[in-house]
Amino acid sequence: MADHALGAPRLPGPEPVVGGPSREAGGIRRGSLIPDSTSQWADWAFYGAMLACGVSVLVLVGLIVYELVTKGQLAWHAFGWKFFFTHDWDPVNDQFGALPFIYGTVVSSILALILAVPLAVGVAVFITEMSPRWLRGGLAFTTELLAAIPSVIFGLWAIFVLVPFLRQTVEPLLARYFGWTGLFEGPPYGIGMLAAGVILAIMIIPIISSITREVMTAVSQQQREGVLALGATRWEMIRMGVLRNARAGIVGAIILGLGRALGETMAVTMVIGNRPEIAKSLFAPGYTMASVIANEFSEATGNLYLSSLVEVGLALFLVTIVVNILAQLLVWTVTRGTRARSHA
Amino acid sequence: MRRKGFRGDEGVSLWRRFVNHGVTLAAAGAVVLVLVPLFAVFGYLVYKGIGSVNWAFLTQTPKPVGEAGGGMANAIGGSVLILGIASLVGVPVGIGAGIYLAEYGRGRFGDFIRFTADVLNGVPSIVIGIVAYSLVVLTQKQFSALAGGVALAIMMIPTITRTTEEMLLLVPTNVREAAYGLGIARWRTTISITLRTATSGVITGVMLAFARVAGETAPLLFTAFGNQYWNWKINQPTAALPLQIFTYAISPFEEWHRQAWAGALILIILIVLAITAVRLAAGRGMVKGVS
Amino acid sequence: MGVGIEVERLNAWFGKTQALHDITMSVAANHATAIIGPSGCGKSTFVRCLNRMHETIPGARVEGKVSIGDLQVYNGTSATKVRRRVGMVFQKPNPFPTMSIYDNVAAGLKLNGFRNRRELDEIVERSLQQSALWDEVKDKLRKQSGASLSGGQQQRLCIARALAVQPQVLLMDEPASALDPISTGKIEDLIFQLKEDYTIVIVTHNMQQASRVAEFTGFFLLGELIEFDKTEKIFTTPSDKRTEDYITGRFG
Repeated sequence: MADHALGAPRLPGPEPVVGGPSREAGGIRRGSLIPDSTSQWADWAFYGAMLACGVSVLVLVGLIVYELVTKGQLAWHAFGWKFFFTHDWDPVNDQFGALPFIYGTVVSSILALILAVPLAVGVAVFITEMSPRWLRGGLAFTTELLAAIPSVIFGLWAIFVLVPFLRQTVEPLLARYFGWTGLFEGPPYGIGMLAAGVILAIMIIPIISSITREVMTAVSQQQREGVLALGATRWEMIRMGVLRNARAGIVGAIILGLGRALGETMAVTMVIGNRPEIAKSLFAPGYTMASVIANEFSEATGNLYLSSLVEVGLALFLVTIVVNILAQLLVWTVTRGTRARSHA
Repeated sequence: MRRKGFRGDEGVSLWRRFVNHGVTLAAAGAVVLVLVPLFAVFGYLVYKGIGSVNWAFLTQTPKPVGEAGGGMANAIGGSVLILGIASLVGVPVGIGAGIYLAEYGRGRFGDFIRFTADVLNGVPSIVIGIVAYSLVVLTQKQFSALAGGVALAIMMIPTITRTTEEMLLLVPTNVREAAYGLGIARWRTTISITLRTATSGVITGVMLAFARVAGETAPLLFTAFGNQYWNWKINQPTAALPLQIFTYAISPFEEWHRQAWAGALILIILIVLAITAVRLAAGRGMVKGVS
Repeated sequence: MGVGIEVERLNAWFGKTQALHDITMSVAANHATAIIGPSGCGKSTFVRCLNRMHETIPGARVEGKVSIGDLQVYNGTSATKVRRRVGMVFQKPNPFPTMSIYDNVAAGLKLNGFRNRRELDEIVERSLQQSALWDEVKDKLRKQSGASLSGGQQQRLCIARALAVQPQVLLMDEPASALDPISTGKIEDLIFQLKEDYTIVIVTHNMQQASRVAEFTGFFLLGELIEFDKTEKIFTTPSDKRTEDYITGRFG
């Protein structure tokens, strides 16, 4: 099968030649142009440095837990479990009960979810399935822009625009038509639980929306086409082919939004009224865990006061972590991969 | 996904078609409803703030309460200082952790770190403020820019770590192999080849993290604490733009409210600039020229 | 003059799966040796064991003895040291995407500490001439990135890059399989010229290519070296039936 194309290969001699480093015409010693010094230690040093950076993430979380637990010890020893069920927040008499804050956090967050979820999912569905291609990028960008607005600016806007609007327009309307529910009683200050819920809703819409979009996009095209082939309308295709499959992920997105709402501080502090009271009416001022820390930490006199605030922080930390982990798991079941993008 | 002349449509009942269009309308309505606060906030910021952003505002420190005029120059400077400290600490650690995860951490331990980074990402910023207070303010016995910087650094790290890892993983294996084949040491390959190829993506991640913490107020409340005057010492309480906005916004003074809007306008402009730069960089292609 | 390679009872694994079984072979200095065989027979794995690239895969393992000249590849020498003596060209051209043509060729030297500017310039030029790319790129050495060249040019760039560190051995893993016929022809011409100064081991699934460029050929099947002999003999009067089946196209 001798082949011709580029000339016959040279036939070798009887034994292959085995030799050491050799000289080339240019006089440069072959095979040892670069010094043979091994850089083993450099590899190890580098690995060590990178490992240290990676471990520092673990250390940081450990530190957070450690500091919260140790600085909250005083309050824990003074009040025990009752801390979370007592109503009284009385710095003057060294009596600290965190129930109003827990109530405020939960209520404002749930209110935010009720308002935000339909809108966020609606936006996600529109962008992913209904929007014309040319509009998609712009819409996605603007929702991300909403996510980039700092909390304090939302708060600023809320104080001077949202609150007067609520006070003058929305709350009187709600009191007139829905006052019988007991949720809309009392003087419409504007400032209060309702305002906190609304501004929180605005702030968590982007994250719920973007994660929902992500899980919806993760549903394979074949699923969509399969339903369409059965003669479904577009909405039916979305409902049966996409939403059904992405269900866990969407729940995850919602819970992620909840996690964000739980920890939100500045905007809420600026409009919730900062009064440690539990009231049924959404018009009433309230207080959240994050807000009480924000407002009172730097002025807390006395170790028990400070320690109580730290314990509130610890509770907030634990709740947020559990919620976030749950959310991550749910989202992961749909996307099944590393979602390295941070929740912007 | 509109398919003109799709046969199925002819057999679809009136009710189903009605629902279909209704839902589309509702979804579009949701979009409009969501865009409203976006434009409202931005619009209001410009409307209320534009008049007050002038040279005096950008260069002067606050005047005593009651006096008109003055500015937020010290707050802008303070933010620069605090963000500088935060970046100095957070960026190297974040990138290092990202390198670890991408190049060495493909197993269970790496997964654990990845998971912990996500956990860290979700910690409320006020809680991080408490920890920074505990670690720095208590030990130094004073509020300081350093404490604020540490708090913000802790917040930057998870974001930078995950985006760095993602970008490094995008660099194809054969590029690394080419380097190994040449006898280039592993550490050298990681830095000069892999990281270098992923540079624009990594920078994107850093800028995203930066934009996120630039507007943070809560962790600074009892770390940097704020300051009426200029401060460039890292061991002293320092003003910061978001902090100043907050203080002014909740005050009873009209004059301060006006300045709060101006400060907010400046803050949002800086953040939007950073985000747009990130978008442009992303558009240009993360990893140039790789087939 | 190049150096020869002695392989003694080389075994390699991917995790639990054994990919190479007791390979023993002598590669002649200053000649081209082709490694042929059907897909999955272990030819790439074999070649990657010669410069310790196999172990970059997680879970991979190697046992046996390989010497390149007087250098023991395993057993005491660092992998980096081995790879500096051996150049490798991969199946898919992989120039460094963010580097210019010049920097690509110089990468193996610069990133290993070699700094002399003038010498670098000489070496870059010489390497590009050796890989028949100099004329095409000499005006845009520093201006264009390595990735902006055509596929065939990229591969020659990779060859230049490998040659720049002046290795004793050049390993080529199906270097032309991703290229068009004209580029393939150019690469084969190159191998002819390079043979005079280097010892070349070339993996190929193209039997005609093997018979065109290589004096010796080794036939691999299922991780074993079935036959190793002069190319002419392998392709005209193979000793083993399996070899004969392969070269007559019965499988693979």
